[in-house]
Amino acid sequence: MTGDVAVLGAGMHPWGKWGRGFVTYGQAAARAALDDAGIGWPEVGSVVGAQTVRGGYPGYVAGATFARALGWQGARVTSVYAACASGAQAINTARAQILAGMADVVLVVGADAAPKGFFAPAGGERRDDPDWLRFRVLGATNPAYFGLYARRRMALYGDTPEDFALVKVKNAAAGAMNANARYRKPVTAEEVAASAVVADPLRLLDICATSDGGAALVLSSVEFARRRGVADPVRIRAVSTVTPTFPRTVLDLPDIGTDSAVAVEPSPKSFRSSIARAAYEEAGIGPEDLSLAEVYDLSTALELEWYEDIGLCGAGEGAKLVREGATALGGRIPVNVSGGLASFGEAVPAQAIAQVCELTWQLRGRAGERQVPGARVGITANQGLFGHGSAVVAVR
Amino acid sequence: MPHTRIPVVAGWFTEDTAEEEFRLLGTRCSGCRSVHFPREDGHCRNPGCPGGELEEVPLSKRGTVWSCTDGRYRPPPPYVSDPGVPWVPYTLVAVELAAERMVVLGQAAPGVGVDDLPVGSVVEVVPGVLDEDRAAGTVHTTWNWRPVAAGALS
Repeated sequence: MTGDVAVLGAGMHPWGKWGRGFVTYGQAAARAALDDAGIGWPEVGSVVGAQTVRGGYPGYVAGATFARALGWQGARVTSVYAACASGAQAINTARAQILAGMADVVLVVGADAAPKGFFAPAGGERRDDPDWLRFRVLGATNPAYFGLYARRRMALYGDTPEDFALVKVKNAAAGAMNANARYRKPVTAEEVAASAVVADPLRLLDICATSDGGAALVLSSVEFARRRGVADPVRIRAVSTVTPTFPRTVLDLPDIGTDSAVAVEPSPKSFRSSIARAAYEEAGIGPEDLSLAEVYDLSTALELEWYEDIGLCGAGEGAKLVREGATALGGRIPVNVSGGLASFGEAVPAQAIAQVCELTWQLRGRAGERQVPGARVGITANQGLFGHGSAVVAVR
Repeated sequence: MPHTRIPVVAGWFTEDTAEEEFRLLGTRCSGCRSVHFPREDGHCRNPGCPGGELEEVPLSKRGTVWSCTDGRYRPPPPYVSDPGVPWVPYTLVAVELAAERMVVLGQAAPGVGVDDLPVGSVVEVVPGVLDEDRAAGTVHTTWNWRPVAAGALS
């Protein structure tokens, strides 16, 4: 077990399509988090920026870009990139600095201004880049992979498109109560079924959009929080940033082939399940201790897979959970009460930070209409392109 | 019209072979027998392998469907397609190869839809055309997966 760090503040710029640059969103989120923490920017000893590939050079040096926008004050700076897991890597970097005594207060910021439609690889003729190759050779977009996973579930477990639609209905109902969400209208199963097929069996409303947005956290040592009069802060108890083990037998974005299992017997547990397991082990808790979870619902079907991977149910039982309402607000173990990616759309480097913002508000008991009563323990789970696991356990 | 045939990626599949002989090309480690596709020509990626020679090896001609989907919307570049021509969806299929114990993606042959590819059904790899530049007189070749009527693995 490692030590806890305190979450002093959480803030967001609402998700949407606002037509501004990522710096604007990050700066707004950072100021909101600092206000929430009651911390002045000059007190921040370190700033960690989660990078975006879409902002040009400033996006690749996000830490300093945000520091400049907030006004240079000399803080230590770090910029990290791990695709969808960038935010969790930023949180983990901040945590390590705090636990190592390198900084008392760290500001973590992620923001993106995403283009409309399919994500595409960086430009140019880049034949040594697997991400470029999967588009050039196969036209394999991200939803294509989500479609493969969804159909596999249908064949293996008997999941149906109607089960997938239930996830959207559930998340849209939660998102309707979240002022930071981009989509704030309830959605019916009929509306999901009437939306266009994108990657069979998945329809437009099964797949998350690409969004603008920003999220930030102010983290500190628990001692610092106490000195500031925060006796019982939300605490981050674990951050998992694991990679797969060889042989990885499930195609991950942007793979064209899996590893071969000829020489080494594959682990009976999937990579995704190892992400949560590492977080549980570090936190000294198990899925039975959870009050809520925020998982990366890039597609509706993928949310069901996460239920199994974070240990809420056995393999193949995810659809049963959503059918029973167990993962809805008021259910046994609410999942994505923020509204999830279904309601936010993906603002890549902000997303894993936004998941922790939601845990923070829930564990403080300040989530308003979408509050999970008595929330004490939450987990976030996410996976970044190429093999970046990410999960955060927060407690109160 | 004569066409110059250019593999979309050199060295990933056989060229100038009859359809029956067409194969994907990977590499196999002489130390641990792990197969890599796309080919790995540097070092074996099995962390427990002391390291062997990576030799080119044809992959199995036939495999079984792990899963499939389709692309109803035009993918962004670098996928090559003519925006002036209405988009024709294609099918993408992940195929499990028993001998190599791995899964390989590919486009299905033209006209093959997801309903033709139930999970577990047998498919075989055949040569295909990915895109065509009429002005330059070139086509980019690729591999396609096609259902096997008899359904036998070998």
